[in-house]
Order: sequence, then C-alpha cells, then structure tokens
Amino acid sequence: MIAWKKPAAAALLLTLAACAQPAPPVTQTVMDPYANAAGGALYQGDLAGGTLGAEATPQYFNNTVGNTVLFAANQTALTSEARTILARQAQWLNTHTGFNAVVQGHAEETGTREYNLALGARRAGAVQEYLIAQGVSPDRVRTLSFGKERPREVCSDEACYAQNRRAVTVVSATGAGS
Amino acid sequence: MLRSLTLAFSMALAASLPALAQDGPLKIEITDGVTEPMAIAIPAFHGDAAVAQQIRDVVAADLTGTGLFREISRDAQVARPGSFGEAIAYEDWRAVNAQALVSAEVTQGGDAISVKFRLYDVYAGQAQGDGMQFDARATDWRRAAHKIADQIYARLTGEQPYFDSRVAFVQETGPKDARIKRIGVMDYDGQNILWMTDSASLVLAPQFSRDGRRLAYTSFDSGFPQIRVLDIATVSSRPLTQDANSMAFSPRFSPDGRWIVYSREQGGNTDIWLMDAASGAQRPLVQSPAIDTAPSFSPDGQRIVFESDRSGNPQLYVVGINGGEPSRISFGDGRYGSPAWSPKGDLIAFTKQVGNQFHIATMRTDGSGEKTLTGSFLDESPTWAPNGRVVMFTRVAPGGNGQPKLHSVDITGRNMRPLSLDFAASDPSWGPLMP
Repeated sequence: MIAWKKPAAAALLLTLAACAQPAPPVTQTVMDPYANAAGGALYQGDLAGGTLGAEATPQYFNNTVGNTVLFAANQTALTSEARTILARQAQWLNTHTGFNAVVQGHAEETGTREYNLALGARRAGAVQEYLIAQGVSPDRVRTLSFGKERPREVCSDEACYAQNRRAVTVVSATGAGS
Repeated sequence: MLRSLTLAFSMALAASLPALAQDGPLKIEITDGVTEPMAIAIPAFHGDAAVAQQIRDVVAADLTGTGLFREISRDAQVARPGSFGEAIAYEDWRAVNAQALVSAEVTQGGDAISVKFRLYDVYAGQAQGDGMQFDARATDWRRAAHKIADQIYARLTGEQPYFDSRVAFVQETGPKDARIKRIGVMDYDGQNILWMTDSASLVLAPQFSRDGRRLAYTSFDSGFPQIRVLDIATVSSRPLTQDANSMAFSPRFSPDGRWIVYSREQGGNTDIWLMDAASGAQRPLVQSPAIDTAPSFSPDGQRIVFESDRSGNPQLYVVGINGGEPSRISFGDGRYGSPAWSPKGDLIAFTKQVGNQFHIATMRTDGSGEKTLTGSFLDESPTWAPNGRVVMFTRVAPGGNGQPKLHSVDITGRNMRPLSLDFAASDPSWGPLMP
C-alpha cells in the first residue's frame, strides 16, 4: 500500500487516464481507491495488475474476472455463485478471442486417486459445458483433471477441502488476435 | 539388470537325505485363529563367504516379517552343527523348543555365490523336503536369500511363496500442493531400488504386467493425463494414448499381458475401455453417464471388477470382458473404490470410506464375506502379493505435512507393518514371483 499526498494523487489520475487504452475501467479504478485519511489521501488500489486497461491479460482474468469456481463435496453441479463467475469468464473469453482456455478440475484429498481424477474431469466438463453454452467456441476450451494431485490448500480439514474442490480456468494467448 | 537364478536340485544332497515324511509334515495352518507363530531356528550359515550372514539375516527377516514365524534366540542355539550336512542333534533343538531348523552353507567363487540349504522338522527328527542349491551372481545375494526363504515358507505353510518379488511404487517429494512424483521398482522388502522415471512430470499409479517386465502408468508429460508403458529392463517408455481431447488413466494389464483395461474420459464423463497393448486399438467395455473407473482383471482374464457411482455413490461392479450389464457386488454402507482382484482369484481387495475413515478390506468375488483389514485417516490403493495372502497399500497421514507410506497387512487382518523406506511413497503395485 502506498500513501499519496493530494497533489501527487491528482497527477496520478492524469497519468493513468493518459495511459489508458480504450478500456473504460480506469475511471472506476483510479477514483475508487482514494479515501480520506489523516494527513492525506490513501491509495488503496493495485497499480501492478489489472488497472491500467490491461484487461487482455491472464492476470486480469485471474484476479478480476475470477478463474476459480468451487464445488460441494462429491458434487459436480455448478452453484449459482459459480455460474456468476463463469458468466464473467464467458464474457471475457467472448471479448478476447485471442485466448484459449484449459479448465483444470480438482478434488479434495479424501477419495481414491482414480475416482478423484474422474470427479475432477466431471467438474472441468461442467465448466466447459457452461462456457460453451454462453457462446465460447468449443475448440477454444479444453479440460484436464488433476484429481487430488494439486490441492490449493494443504490442511486436512473442511476449510481446505472446500477450497480444493474446484475448477480453475487457465487462459493463454494463442498468438493471434487479442 | 537381474538375471534368473539358477535353481538346482543337488542330486548329491538329495540322495543323502532321509525320505520325506509321508504323513503329517510340519505345517503352520494360516487361519484367523492362529496367534502363536512357529518357532524356527536359523543358526549362522556355514561357509566363509562374506555375505553368508547377510543372507541368513534376510532369510530370517523374510520369515519373521510374515508374523507366522518366531526366530529362536541366537543365544539359545547351543547345537549348531559343525558343518553343513552334519547329523542334526534334534534333542538339543527340541530342548530350546525349536519346531523347525534351517541349515545352510554359502560359498563364493569370483562374482558367483552358491547357497545350499536344508530344512528340518525338529520334532519329527527328519528333513522336510529336499536339500536345494541356488547359484547366483554375488550382487544378487538378496534374491538368493529370498529364494531360500520362499522355499521354507512354502514348505511350512503349504502356500505359494512371495518373497522373491518386486513392487513398483511412486516416490513423493516436495510440498503437498506441488508434489514431485517418480516411479521406482524395488524388492518387496524395500531394497534394491531402481528409478524408472525422472521427476520432470507428474506420474501416477504404475501397474506391473503379470510377467513383471512392463509397467503401465498415468503420465502428465504431455500436460494431460495419458497412459504410457515402460519396459523395466531398458527403462524406456512410450505413450499408448495420445488423444488431447480425452484423458486416459488407471491402466491395468490383462493376465496374459495382451490387453490394457483403463479409464477413458470424454466430455467430462469417465468410462472403461480396453486397449490392445501392442497396437493401441481401443474399444469401450463399460459406458454409462456415471463415473466408471479403477478396473482390475480377474486372474483368468475373463472378468473385470471396477468402481462406479451409477447408484449414487461409488460401489464395486463386475463385468465380463465381452461387455454386457455389470453386476453390483458391494452393498455396504460407505464408498467403495480401487478394487484389486487377488491373483489367487478368490478375493477382491478394495478401499472403503465410511465417514471420515478409510479402510482396506476384502470380499469374495460375489461380494460376500466382506472383511475389514485396516482403518485410518486415508488408506488406499491395495495391491496383492503374488500368492494372494498379503495386501500392500498406501497410508496417508493427515495435515499439511502428512506423508504417504507403504504398509502391508496379512489377509487375516494381522501383522500390519510399514515398509521400511526412508522417503514417502504411494501407489504400490506388487509384481509376480520371479522365476
């Protein structure tokens, strides 16, 4: 976090506006982070990623769109929260056609290795199906399962398991378009 | 690589032995009721070969490791014969309550060793079976020891032996969220480890072919799970599946080595397919909208047991290799998985999850006689000793630093023991008894 004095903050606003490519979020992201604090305004934004009109980056997709949806134990059905995130993913993919996606399905550590590979595949498949239904071309979305091999959190409690029952959409530039 | 041991019945030895007892040879019956191990004396081996006592120690470790034998203390052994072949002072061995006695001699010439042994029934006062001689390269001394222990085990239990066998496994290193895995092959007791893959890509669940020469396993080296087959002698592998739009995993060989049964995923759904191991030609065996995975062949190659959640949660099913409607064989509470058909054909071992506990258990092939052998936070991936009497499996400790370890357990549920390895390991596959 960086503290800015008011005059500097005003200059920053100009700079950001000047740099911004057609993308609209600049106004939002620059205005939003300023808050009154004793001795001056406090910058609370993220200068490094996603705010400089760089929507067309995997970082923006991961951090702002949201690359991960979670599942209930032993379930592969998409929750309404997951569908909200996937709708944003689909919108981003439909806008940024120079990117393809690999959906990685995961499972928690309880369960056998083989079943969890199949369970992760089914979760990835559910995400793929949703993205395609939202208009993403089928040939841009592949799936993959890691089963229980790549947990995000490593404890052996429900708090971690809930984070590990997931599907992660990984986008990468195809080298054309974008 | 290992060379076959020369197994020679020495005519001279056999000729000097008393006739094999015709009735009531010394035998330990392995039943659920057995609690008292047989007392066996294994005095220092004769001969001046440097490895003589190491071989003795491995023979003793093999036998006592089964839980079926108890070694007579070396201190109590006052009656060791002065030389191999000398008359046995049975009275002295009876005095220390030995039931069986092993006498052996190891000679070494250059890089070859020769091991002769005899087994005696102390109370009957006679030899049990013929004397035998094993010739091996000096570097294969552990195999020679396992061969002797196998002979003793088979003669005293009436079961097929299993000590001279190998186990494929996955070594695990690194943190739990970025585990590094590689495949190794070792003797059944954790010795003589040979590495089969490097650590460059994620590998899972190697499975031995019945002849012990190949491993089928799941590899992420293309970025997507695919099946590879590895030749152990040359440590070279090749992909069997390469379809980027279809994951392939959990392969197992048919008993004749000609087929590989495996899980194939398409559009998120996992089914069971058969593949010609030579040509790679594939055909579906079990197709349903449910998850069908973890197939394992019966030893006659005619049936396959697998795991499916078509009933709502994972249960075990059996299907013939020509397809048809699978029949469900598990009906208990809990989630059943990773079945493995015993090489004897009589039992199926599997993983069972009940609440927060995992168990290794067995049942008859029709689903009757379910018997729980173990229980812990996470026990899985059972594999059978070649004689169908012992099951090895993975036990994972809970928590962020929890590591997997290999354990074995007798099918009576007794003699649960960790394998002595100085690293974390999972996914054992027990290979055949070596020739």
